[in-house]
Amino acid sequence: MEATFYIAGAVAVIATLLVVMSYNLIHALLYLVVSFLAVAVVFFTLGAPFMAALEIIIYAGAIVVLIIFVIMMLNLTYEDVQQEKSWLKPSVWIGPAILSLVLLAELVYLVVAVEAPGTVSVSVEAAAVGMALYGPYMLGVQLCGILLMAGIVGAYHLGRQKKKIVHRFLERRAAS
Amino acid sequence: MAELLWLIPALPFAGALLLVLLGSRLPRALVTTIGVGSVGISAAVTLLLGIEYLSESPAFYHQVVWNWFNVAGFSPSVAFHLDALSMVFIFVITFVGFLIHVYSTEYMAHDPDYARFFACMNLFVGSMLVLVMADNLLLLYLGWEGVGLCSYLLIGFWYKEKANGYAARKAFIITRVGDTAMAIGLFMLFQTFGTLHIQTISTEAVQVWDTDARMAVIIAFLLLGGAVGKSGQLPLQTWLPDAMAGPTPVSALIHAATMVTAGVYLIARMHVIFELAPGAMMAVAVIGAITLLLAGCAALTQYDLKRVLAYSTISQIGYMFLALGVGAWSAGVFHFMIHAFFKALLFLCAGAIILALHHEQDMRRMGGLQKKLPIVFWTFLIGAASLAAVPLVSAGFYSKDQILWLQLAGENGNIWLYLAGLLGAFITSIYTFRMVFLTFYGESKTHVGHQPTMAIKLPLIILAVLSLVGGFIELPHNFGHVVLFSDFLSPILPTISVVPDFNRYEWMLQLLAAVVSLSGIFIAYLIYLKKPDLRASLHRSETAMAVHRFWHSGWGFDKLYDTLLVRPYVFLAKVNKDDVIDSFYTFLTRLAEAFHDLFSDSQTGLVRNYVMGIVVGAIMILTITIFL
Amino acid sequence: MSSIPMEAGLLLAGILFVIGMVSVMIRRNVIFMLISVEIMLNAAGLAFIVAGSHWAQPDGQIMFIFILTMAAAEVSVGLALILQLYHHLKTLDSDAANFMKG
Repeated sequence: MEATFYIAGAVAVIATLLVVMSYNLIHALLYLVVSFLAVAVVFFTLGAPFMAALEIIIYAGAIVVLIIFVIMMLNLTYEDVQQEKSWLKPSVWIGPAILSLVLLAELVYLVVAVEAPGTVSVSVEAAAVGMALYGPYMLGVQLCGILLMAGIVGAYHLGRQKKKIVHRFLERRAAS
Repeated sequence: MAELLWLIPALPFAGALLLVLLGSRLPRALVTTIGVGSVGISAAVTLLLGIEYLSESPAFYHQVVWNWFNVAGFSPSVAFHLDALSMVFIFVITFVGFLIHVYSTEYMAHDPDYARFFACMNLFVGSMLVLVMADNLLLLYLGWEGVGLCSYLLIGFWYKEKANGYAARKAFIITRVGDTAMAIGLFMLFQTFGTLHIQTISTEAVQVWDTDARMAVIIAFLLLGGAVGKSGQLPLQTWLPDAMAGPTPVSALIHAATMVTAGVYLIARMHVIFELAPGAMMAVAVIGAITLLLAGCAALTQYDLKRVLAYSTISQIGYMFLALGVGAWSAGVFHFMIHAFFKALLFLCAGAIILALHHEQDMRRMGGLQKKLPIVFWTFLIGAASLAAVPLVSAGFYSKDQILWLQLAGENGNIWLYLAGLLGAFITSIYTFRMVFLTFYGESKTHVGHQPTMAIKLPLIILAVLSLVGGFIELPHNFGHVVLFSDFLSPILPTISVVPDFNRYEWMLQLLAAVVSLSGIFIAYLIYLKKPDLRASLHRSETAMAVHRFWHSGWGFDKLYDTLLVRPYVFLAKVNKDDVIDSFYTFLTRLAEAFHDLFSDSQTGLVRNYVMGIVVGAIMILTITIFL
Repeated sequence: MSSIPMEAGLLLAGILFVIGMVSVMIRRNVIFMLISVEIMLNAAGLAFIVAGSHWAQPDGQIMFIFILTMAAAEVSVGLALILQLYHHLKTLDSDAANFMKG
């Protein structure tokens, strides 16, 4: 089980790195799916099989598919890949990389410095999660429902293109 | 009746309020009714109260109208206190004020700002009444500043003329110097007694302080500062001659009869403190003596009819200060009353002349008015006689003689003060009759346009009668010995004790005063009427002309203050035009702008940079939590 | 049940989070930025799962569900915004949308 965790973790990290470094959107999305699947395996090893399932269904399934749909709508071509290449010059990497390394070092320090580090003990059953979700977290569930509703309405509103909605900033730009 | 006390100041205030709010929309007749009527009813109430006061003769009437405010144990009330001293003042204010209001209906008849004039006048009368009826010094100070405000408004009544506005500002600012001193005096009184109630202070002062106590002397001098500023005494007298820029009824009411004597009232009212400070008393007398001489000399050389009267007012108030300074309280107040009659009369006559001569004020262009304005001539002559203290017939003789007599015979008497007063009397009679001869005799130089009507004549006649008979309520004891007035005031103001040895010289001194007065008139007659050569030779003499110019400019006080105070101040103001201290705030705004530019540059509109900012912030917060 | 140390799980979450963060900072293409944000959210969810497993409590998994919900809503609205942006600017360059520049 432990070995599975480390292997899955390594796969997740490598896949994510490839997502970050690839120039082609579709390739990046495929690596992203791999990364999500690896994380799902990590969930499984941590004793959360239900969450692993949700990860696969919603992240690797729904969200990635949604992004692919949008990419298809945008009708991207080979020039976009070239442009992506030109944007990702090595000099762009330096600042963010240093910052991120500092942040990572701090995170590692914080994780390691904590006293009495235990191991992951027991698996939590999906039933217990369900009981808690509809018990003390009832309000949170309702808020999530409202959030999703807001997402639907927002996406519908923003996605409409019948009437051309010109933002005032854009309008001024056009005028000048 | 005593419960009607509040009506006396309230009526003029109500009139002022009505005229301020509706004045421009009301017809003139109604404005007249409100403006004159309010003061008239106030005078009637005063009369009723006065009759009751005389018949009942209580110590005082007292009425609390409401509690003004209450802060940390300090709760002055709006309360009125009417005793004999206040009685004299409110009588003069309401009656003389009423007569002057009646006069104004004619004098101001063609002025477009008729309602504004009466609103200010009513406000003035109300404030003045509050001043003299207040039972605590805070309310007194309210009235004190109220009359100062009205004085400012009325001097600058014809504000379209730049010089008038300047004169108004000058009056306001110079009196403010004295008022500041007075305010500090009030603070110190409050610190000592914990109250500003006049009666309480008067009774407690004697217990708290010994004679010549340092605190008492300081407070007395500070109060004297206020009185000096308001009453146009040395060294704050320069505003009064310029105050003649206002309409003549204003000069008569405010700058002759009532407001300028507020200083006299203040000193008389706070006499307990002054008695505890002999040094301050001496200062009052000396200031009075010097002022009456300086102002008298300045009056000798003025050509503007009203300016002569203004200097004469300063000089006469100097007499009142002289009386107060030696402790002759009732003599000072008596002279105030008589002066209010004859000086108001003289101003009103001057107004009638000015009106008749199309606003000509220069005496060199007057003359020969004796026949053309007979009523004005006779009343003016009576006023002049009273001012010059013509013996026996005029009221001014009795009041001035009493002051002079007490300079010598009083317990604090002083031969130098007496001589100053005597010399002043001589000068007074010269300039008074110079005025009479130049204005009414000789050949006519200007066409007489406007003949005075009833509204002008009636106040003149009434005041003339008062100027004649007013003196008979207080006659010297070797001559009739009537002491109605000093008896009336004796419960409030201590009587002065007379050195007994002097009594047998009294008739000699009276004779001397009479001779001085008459000889002054005779000299004026010689110079200005009989022998024009004498005047011409005076004009040829270099030194005489230099003195003349010096006196004409009021002893150069204006110039002195101009170089000593005004110019340096204006210079400093010019140097500091951009406000040195302001540069600090300018620096602050510059700094804020610099930061603004800096931070607005940080808003690049690029999401990447914002994310970077968030990461940097996260790193900083984490670093802080790790290392602290 | 197993002997996976907690630090390992948290470190994995941290590494994934930082990788996503670098990506957000270096990318100019808005779709890539959105993907990177998804990686970061996923990493945060992983940290919750690790913590929940460590204490054997359901709360960690519940938080993951909430994050999941939020990510779904965010992606839908974000993609709609991207479509609008592309419609108006004819590009996916986030730097082109810098009208708020001060």
